[in-house]
Amino acid sequence: MTASTTVRLQREPFDVAAEAAKLSRGRADVGAVVTFTGICRGNEDGEPIAALTLEHYPGMAEAEIERHVEEAKQRWPLAGVTVIHRYGRIAPGEDIVMVVTASSHRQAAFAAAEFLMDYLKTRAPFWKQVETTSGKSWVDAKSVDDAAAKRWRKAAVE
Amino acid sequence: MTKLRYFAWVRERVGKPEEDVVLPTHVRTAGELMTWLAARGEEYAHAFANPKVIRVAIDRSHVQPNTPIANASEIAFFPPMTGG
Repeated sequence: MTASTTVRLQREPFDVAAEAAKLSRGRADVGAVVTFTGICRGNEDGEPIAALTLEHYPGMAEAEIERHVEEAKQRWPLAGVTVIHRYGRIAPGEDIVMVVTASSHRQAAFAAAEFLMDYLKTRAPFWKQVETTSGKSWVDAKSVDDAAAKRWRKAAVE
Repeated sequence: MTKLRYFAWVRERVGKPEEDVVLPTHVRTAGELMTWLAARGEEYAHAFANPKVIRVAIDRSHVQPNTPIANASEIAFFPPMTGG
């Protein structure tokens, strides 16, 4: 199965439906497309927020995501993967990140999308700063995200 | 010369996003480099006060504190990542 890969970092919003459609258009081997969208919440730890600002390490962020897309393609039979991550200032309700995976069957598409998100959160060099009425602060990494990424180390290949 | 890059609160504490530095030969690992940096001034001491929480990348790949830095052209320091 030849898999198309797109990894993009951008300031601008993205169109999830258009990106998902690209992965199945004109192909007869795609039977499942899974999309995940991460959205900026309106509050953090109960406090309303004005916006998030995402900082990233240009060059390394793309490389790190691409490395994990390659690993996903080794582990599951994928027809295509698209990952788009935004940076800069993002208001509540706006999209932050999207992962689309395409495969012949749903299991591989679901698993690969979850694997990619779990690794993206703990290994891709992005940092969120939250803006509230009381000022700006950096978001702390969550141990639950580390645990989510770790479980894939021993997971059997589907 | 080695390019050092700082991100998020490490960048804010050091007060600059990057700098070119000539590293002394006795500084051999990423961890030793953090100890050396912490002694460079108040802002560095503040940024590297707790090196255990700081992540390091050499030439855009994650490394452990005991990784040798010889031949590195770019070394980056940053807090645990919070993207996604």
